Amino acid sequence: MNAADTAFVLISAALVMLMTPGLALFYGGMVRGKNILGTLMHSNILLGTVSILWALVGYSLAFGGDIGGLIGNLDFMFLRGVGAAAKEGVDNIPHLAFMIFQCMFAVITPALITGAFAERIKFSGFLLFTCLWLILVYCPMAHWVWGGGWMAKLGALDFAGGAVVHMSSGASALAAALYLGRRRGHGKQAFIPHNLPLTILGAGILWFGWFGFNAGSALAANGLAASAFVTTHLAAAAAAVSWIVVEWFHRGKPTTLGMASGAVAGLVAITPAAGFVEPMPAILMGLIAGALCYGGVLMKGVFKYDDSLDVVGIHGLGGTFGALATGLFATKTVNELGADGLFYGNPGQLWIQFVSVVATWAFCFVMSLILFKVVDVMVGIRVSQEDEDKGLDVSQHSEVGYQL
Amino acid sequence: MKKIEVITRPYKLDEIKEKLTSIGIKGMTVSEVKGFGRQRGHTEVYRGAEYQVDFVPKVKMELVVEDGVAAEVIKAIQAAAQTGEVGDGKIFVTSIDEVIRIRTGETGNAAI
Repeated sequence: MNAADTAFVLISAALVMLMTPGLALFYGGMVRGKNILGTLMHSNILLGTVSILWALVGYSLAFGGDIGGLIGNLDFMFLRGVGAAAKEGVDNIPHLAFMIFQCMFAVITPALITGAFAERIKFSGFLLFTCLWLILVYCPMAHWVWGGGWMAKLGALDFAGGAVVHMSSGASALAAALYLGRRRGHGKQAFIPHNLPLTILGAGILWFGWFGFNAGSALAANGLAASAFVTTHLAAAAAAVSWIVVEWFHRGKPTTLGMASGAVAGLVAITPAAGFVEPMPAILMGLIAGALCYGGVLMKGVFKYDDSLDVVGIHGLGGTFGALATGLFATKTVNELGADGLFYGNPGQLWIQFVSVVATWAFCFVMSLILFKVVDVMVGIRVSQEDEDKGLDVSQHSEVGYQL
Repeated sequence: MKKIEVITRPYKLDEIKEKLTSIGIKGMTVSEVKGFGRQRGHTEVYRGAEYQVDFVPKVKMELVVEDGVAAEVIKAIQAAAQTGEVGDGKIFVTSIDEVIRIRTGETGNAAI
């Protein structure tokens, strides 16, 4: 047991917690004013529902004893046996510290998906979907990658959640956009962000919290944490710059939304790689991620799906790129528990990363489609046309965001 | 009595107000409005998606004056608001039948 490590992981957990309200602001600014509260709620209520589910059963399914490489057992249900003593395999911090750090990841991941169905989902359907999704999609994914499941055994590298958090939410977001369909008037009328300063603030909070997300994933206050901290920052910096450079050429102006979006794209891309790559590859990954995700958000215009706040284009694509790039740039000089990538003489790692990408996309996309169908049949998933016109704030919550 | 309604550029508001108070006008009402005329709107771009925004922010100023000073007021407004570019706006003048000051019940020119 190590006091410094414990302090670091607890603070990191608090940093990751702050990302969810940060994400709420990031998304909230991009919707129309009549949906601001509903959008804030989509992220923030998950701090409530997911945290409870996580303590009751989610943590155990993800990190309990392995059953066939697929799921954890129920040994830790109701947090039985999860206390001040260390967890087997993580001997430097209390088991409870590890559990609550992981809890914050479980909260923000379904929150990321909410950008795809913004401005048109029914609140009851949303709640049911996210609860089912946590248990049936997130917990297996977390188990496969971090809980000793089959992806971990395969040797797939995912330092802080490229697959578990970003690809999973991105793939599920695509399912959401396809299942729910486009917002009323989409493609005919302008959908203009109603308060970009909120979005810029939210992006800043995300960037700040991401240090807990990535550096904290070292689970110790050590050199690896410092390395992950630096790669995280540099990738975000590089992607913020590359996004605005690309859009400057493409549309003639650098935008603040582009700067914020680019930063998030860089943070997403470095997430799987943060504890495996050196600083210069991190900058390169950020530069590519900013440009790539800018292209990613344009895709929805080509294919005519309404991924309202670009979860697929940024988290799906950025996470996929990050996972594959980890297979290129990973090196054991950064993390001896990791592996070498293609550029360090181990082409096999890229193949392993590729398998993890395909499996994650397929599993999360198909499961989410099924869950949307189930929820739709049970309680309904999309608000009525009238409620959509009125906005989620009034129709779902009987409140108005701005009394002007 | 005449009602003078001005729709013009928001940043010209203070200049017009100062000019009007300097010639003795004691009250006016201002609202923020959006609209378009010959001035074209502008383009907004969000994550690469371009939107043409036609409704341009303008201010609308309304004031009621005695018949005798209407011409002078209009001249003052035009002098203050004019840039010579498309988008300077318009001045509408209408006749007013009656004005009543709610507090005292005064009517007509005395109520302006």
